[in-house]
Amino acid sequence: MAAIKNAAKVAGLAAGAVASTSVQAVDLPEDRAETMYHLYDGGGVIAQGPALLVRKSMLDRVSLSGSWYVDAVSNASIDVVTTASKFKEVRNQGELGLDYVVRDSLIHVSGSRSVEPDYQASTLSVDLTQDVFGGMTTVLLGYSHADDKVGQHGTPGWVGTAHHWQYRLGLTQILTPRWQASANLESINDDGYLQSPYRLARVFGSYIHENAPTTRESKALKLSVTGDITPEGANNRRSLRADYRYYWDTWGIRGHTLELAYNRNLAPGWLLESTLRYYRQNHALFYSDNAPVQMLYVSRNRELATMHDFGPGVTVSYTLKSIPGKYDVKLSGSYQFIDFHYADYTKPDTGKPYSYHASVFNTVLSATF
Amino acid sequence: MVRVRPVLAMFLAAGVLASTAGCAFKPIEPWVKPYERERLADPVMKASLNELPGRQQDHVYVVREGSRGATGVQGGGCGCN
Repeated sequence: MAAIKNAAKVAGLAAGAVASTSVQAVDLPEDRAETMYHLYDGGGVIAQGPALLVRKSMLDRVSLSGSWYVDAVSNASIDVVTTASKFKEVRNQGELGLDYVVRDSLIHVSGSRSVEPDYQASTLSVDLTQDVFGGMTTVLLGYSHADDKVGQHGTPGWVGTAHHWQYRLGLTQILTPRWQASANLESINDDGYLQSPYRLARVFGSYIHENAPTTRESKALKLSVTGDITPEGANNRRSLRADYRYYWDTWGIRGHTLELAYNRNLAPGWLLESTLRYYRQNHALFYSDNAPVQMLYVSRNRELATMHDFGPGVTVSYTLKSIPGKYDVKLSGSYQFIDFHYADYTKPDTGKPYSYHASVFNTVLSATF
Repeated sequence: MVRVRPVLAMFLAAGVLASTAGCAFKPIEPWVKPYERERLADPVMKASLNELPGRQQDHVYVVREGSRGATGVQGGGCGCN
């Protein structure tokens, strides 16, 4: 484990995913299979591996899904090489899900488990999606609970546990035959061991173990609008999407995420998806690059620093074979570039603000049937 | 000077209120019919054709940024930065 990353940080079922496809919200998810190879390379970290997903409906009311995701990580990031040594580890995550349709409602239940040598996380989620107002409005309510066990290499047993509670509320509204908008609110509350047993903070120029609060409460509100901007008479469909997310928590972090996306059919069977994403945040109350005074809580976790990142992404998909009403097979490739800049996290050797860029790549072979 | 009888005035007021209330509480009908939603259901309107890339992307950001939640992707466990 290189950093505390609990289940709650990542969890958050389908609030946007389900709600953003509101016209199909109370339909069962389509039967599909996906296999992916993914790669992240940036800042001395390489994370790669395969992932699989299978989803199959039964009796027209139930859909079962299972997925497996592998992260094989080689870590030589700046904080690791500064205070420790390069390491490798593998994270495996499995998930089982069930979707059930009752009239205009879709009930989703899922459980996931993530295991790596010094960190284990188990998550249980329940979501309810309901169509109202003639199907023009979709409401989503969701809840997740996660339990984590945090370990440390060389130390028997666990050094701590953490618990997470998540509450989701989503609303999607069809505005016109071409435009729809959505709002999603998610609250995440954490309790327990929320720091890393490895990470060091700097006080008066000396390194000591970080000490983070044992509780954290956060909220995120995401607003999104998507529209079909295909000119009348044009054959190739195209769409535009704009997302904005505002984040705030009791650690003093305020984050702004802005994403713009443009999709279009290039030719029969070809789809282009392009995105532009910008993010910025201020640092946590107890974050310090080099604390000038002794504080109860102190951390030099880059994730809690004043930083921003920016980058474009592009995905191209091609339909290898399609028999309408029976099945289709698609192949896609995706590349994303991200530029990270830290205002108050400095390189120990030069004392200058740290920055780096990363490449994110994946290729997916998928089939619907 | 014309004097309006109290009872008549009450009827008039009730009539005005009833007609106003009728306007105010007239239910709004869904204005985009199901057969008009074909464009919204097109794959080009989706944020992503596949599910798995969203998990990778969410994981990449959530282990490097302080913000979390409301992304619509489920994940879990530890990441590495």
